[in-house]
Amino acid sequence: MRFVYADNAATTAVSENVKNAILPYLTEQYGNPSSLYSFGQTAFRAVEKARQQVADALGAKKEEIYFTSGGSEADNWALRAAAKLGEKKGKKHIISTKFEHHAILHTLAALEKEGFKVTYLDVYENGIVKTQDVENAITDETCLVTIMYANNEIGTVQPISEIGKICQSKGVLFHTDAVQAVGHIAIDVKEQNIDMLSLSGHKFHATKGVGALYCRKGILLENLIHGGAQERGRRAGTENVPGIVGLGVAITDMTAHLEENAKKVSALRDRLFEGASKISHSRINGDRESRLPGNFSMCFEGVEGESLLLMLDMKGVCASSGSACTSGSLDPSHVLLSIGLKHEVAHGSLRLSLGEYNTEEDVDYILEVLPPIIERLRDMSPLWEHIMEEEAKKNA
Amino acid sequence: MEYSEKVMEHFANPHNVGVIEDANGVGEIGNAKCGDIMKMYLKIENDIIVDVKFKTYGCASAIATSSIATDLIKGQPISEALKLTNKAVVEALDGLPAVKIHCSVLAEQAIKAAIADYYTRQGLDPELYVGKLDDCCDLHDHH
Repeated sequence: MRFVYADNAATTAVSENVKNAILPYLTEQYGNPSSLYSFGQTAFRAVEKARQQVADALGAKKEEIYFTSGGSEADNWALRAAAKLGEKKGKKHIISTKFEHHAILHTLAALEKEGFKVTYLDVYENGIVKTQDVENAITDETCLVTIMYANNEIGTVQPISEIGKICQSKGVLFHTDAVQAVGHIAIDVKEQNIDMLSLSGHKFHATKGVGALYCRKGILLENLIHGGAQERGRRAGTENVPGIVGLGVAITDMTAHLEENAKKVSALRDRLFEGASKISHSRINGDRESRLPGNFSMCFEGVEGESLLLMLDMKGVCASSGSACTSGSLDPSHVLLSIGLKHEVAHGSLRLSLGEYNTEEDVDYILEVLPPIIERLRDMSPLWEHIMEEEAKKNA
Repeated sequence: MEYSEKVMEHFANPHNVGVIEDANGVGEIGNAKCGDIMKMYLKIENDIIVDVKFKTYGCASAIATSSIATDLIKGQPISEALKLTNKAVVEALDGLPAVKIHCSVLAEQAIKAAIADYYTRQGLDPELYVGKLDDCCDLHDHH
């Protein structure tokens, strides 16, 4: 049976370049970057080279990059630090959106318990925040605007440059969770007036367990972990040297091939949309144009997402869904609800996220197995029966 | 969260899927908002369930519980089918993840709803035989 990995928004395969770059640091180059002898300094130089690579990819300075364990840590850190700075000035208002990743939403919920006020902006039917809403929401109390670069479920890309401009003119810190965007679309933190940015290595062919926080020079970043001089004394703990080396290589490779990758991957994605849209009672989630190159998100009425993805799994296709049953809770994903989908429609969601390693054959295979699975599930679905009855009534 | 082999087996190849055209007891429980609906069709002769079929909209465990529950009551007298508990359904599937227990309750309730419909069609008060049925979304409290 064919194996098709179409869940690149969840994680990606480690690239050959990354693997080769990491290997020496798993074997002979095991020195501690904090050690002063030259064996340790080799590891130190490797970490600093990666820091420069990450900075270059984002248009930042080397000393503005802090390595973390991943995107969630970077998000938690950024929000905590910005809140602390706000609190010192007596500003306890934060602006965000309804469809952020839980690393943001749950940190904001924790801050709310500590007395912060949070405005969660609408993202409308197309899954894109309105810059005017951001501007209107800013008050004298606002200490931070945090809005994701691109959504992890529906892939919609936010007007980050415009939001950056507004925040800069109002003197409010601007953080963006760019976990889904880095390595896939062009980012320049200076040009876009981004003060803080979170990224995660395994979303673009580095390994799991490594990420980074960009924090503009001049912003006092609160210490996250005490006990050592690593990461300018802000985050103690011996560095994940192999992971960091891989992150540097991955971000350099991806940035060098940004345009050709986007062209290739979005062409595959469009082929997928075109084929899957032929399935009746289906809809594309989120804006069709302003979205990540590899993101495909659709809802199919009358079927439930978990069943759909498990049946795809039986055919060798790795996919994802925002149904309640896959989240382990009652409600379908907050992202799908935030764009106004009804519960019963959101339960039938399917996310396929393509990457550079996918091929046309992969897409054609998905388009071959998907329609019969949906048909089979609809055949045994009383909900589908109800939908058909309703339609027959309307047409009568 | 992981499903047992038994659950995956019943999900991949569910037993008794479909409709009984001349069913004399039909029950539907759950709603679309919650993400699961089960519809049971019974053919009852002389108080024996001679045939049973189902249609289910929902996750893998909802489909698997429907499948095994129909297996368990097929050929049984009504009195036995009414004794089927969600616990027995869970055991027959070699367990369900905690967040999916409500699916087994749904299967138990769907069978009861179909039997209640049978009694109603016979001109009898179903509550005397089947008792009160739970509302679907309350079932989720079993999480």
